[in-house]
Amino acid sequence: MALSALLPDVLVTRLDYLASLLRKHSLWPMPFATACCGIELMATASSRYDIARFGSEAMRFSPRQCDVMIVAGRVVMKMVPVMQRIWQQMPEPKWCISMGACACSGGVFDTYATVQGIDRFLPVDVYIPGCPPRPEQLIRAILDLQEKIQKTGTIDGREFVHRQGYEGPTALARELTPDKLIVAPGDYQTATRKRVPLN
Amino acid sequence: MAVDLEALRHRFGEVFTIEQFRDNRRLILPAAHAAQTLLPLLQCLKQEYGFDMLAELGGIDYLGYPNATDRYAVVYGLTNTQTGERLFVKAYANDPQPELPSVTSLWRGANWMEREVYDMYGVRFRGHPDLRRILMPADFQDFPLRKDYPLRGYGERHNFLPLTRAES
Repeated sequence: MALSALLPDVLVTRLDYLASLLRKHSLWPMPFATACCGIELMATASSRYDIARFGSEAMRFSPRQCDVMIVAGRVVMKMVPVMQRIWQQMPEPKWCISMGACACSGGVFDTYATVQGIDRFLPVDVYIPGCPPRPEQLIRAILDLQEKIQKTGTIDGREFVHRQGYEGPTALARELTPDKLIVAPGDYQTATRKRVPLN
Repeated sequence: MAVDLEALRHRFGEVFTIEQFRDNRRLILPAAHAAQTLLPLLQCLKQEYGFDMLAELGGIDYLGYPNATDRYAVVYGLTNTQTGERLFVKAYANDPQPELPSVTSLWRGANWMEREVYDMYGVRFRGHPDLRRILMPADFQDFPLRKDYPLRGYGERHNFLPLTRAES
C-alpha cells in the first residue's frame, strides 16, 4: 500500500513541533574528544553500536557544521579557551553533552591544571556519568537530548531566551589563600595536599 | 669495560662525588660547583668517554628531604651507544635563582627537556636558545612541581570567564 494512502491529505501541526522533529533526528556531533571517553565515542559511531540509527552519525570536525558538542574526556587549563572558541563557532541552535566523569566534574584529576567540570565555563545540556561511559550511555544521552529538543524546541530558538545566564554549579568552597596553606613535602600521606592549618 | 671515573674526578679537582648502586653509577655535583663544572664535565664525558647520547634529563625538588643540602637537582642520563654503558650526572642548584648551564650545545635534544624542567621547577638554563614554558600556559605564574606548590594550585584552574548562551 502506498504511503500516501495511509496519510490524510492535510496535516495540522505546529511549526515548532515540525522543526524540532527534523532537528532532533539530525544531531550532528562535534567530537571534542580529549581522552579515553573519545574511544567510547568512536565505538558508539562504529557499526556495533551505530549512532547512525539516531541520525547522529555525521561527526563533523568543523564546528560550523555541528549541532551538538560532545566533550569527551578531561579538559585542562590550556584547552578551555579552545573549547570555548569551538563552542562559539557552532551555529545556533546548539547543544552540549558532557561525557564522562572528567568532563562533568574533573573526575580523579583534582589537580592544578585540570578543570573541575566543563559546566563552569560552558552551558551543558546533558551529563553522562561513567569512567568511561558505555556506548549505550552515550546513546541514552542522545535520546534524552532528542526528547529535550522535542519537548522544548522552537523554530526560532525561543527556548534559549530564558537560558542566558550562568548555568554551572555554585563555586567550589573558597580557594585557600597561599598563607593559609600547609604543604608537607616528603610525607607520603599528605605530600603536597592542601589542608587548613591545624592549630 | 666501565670507564675510570676516579681519574676524571681528579682531573676536575674532586668537586664531584661518585656513587654506585649495583651497576648504576652517578656523579653528584653540588650546587657550589655546578655552574662552572657541569658543562666542561659533560663535554668531556661526551667527547672523550663516548657518552654520546643524552637519554634523559629531568628535575627533582629536594625541599624538606632528609639530609638534603641543595634544593633542586637536574639529572642527566647519559648513554654510550657503542658499549651500552650508562652514567647519571646529578647537578644541584639553589634558590633564589636556580640556574645551570644549558647542554643544548652538546645535545640538541636537550632543548625541550630543559624547557620542561624550567616549566615545572623554575630552574633556568643559561645559554638555552628558547627558554619558554612548554606544557603550562604562557601566562602561568608558578612552577607546579615544586614541593611548596599545592596539589590543587592557587585557583588558576578556575581563572577563566564562563561562557553563557547569551554570549555564544
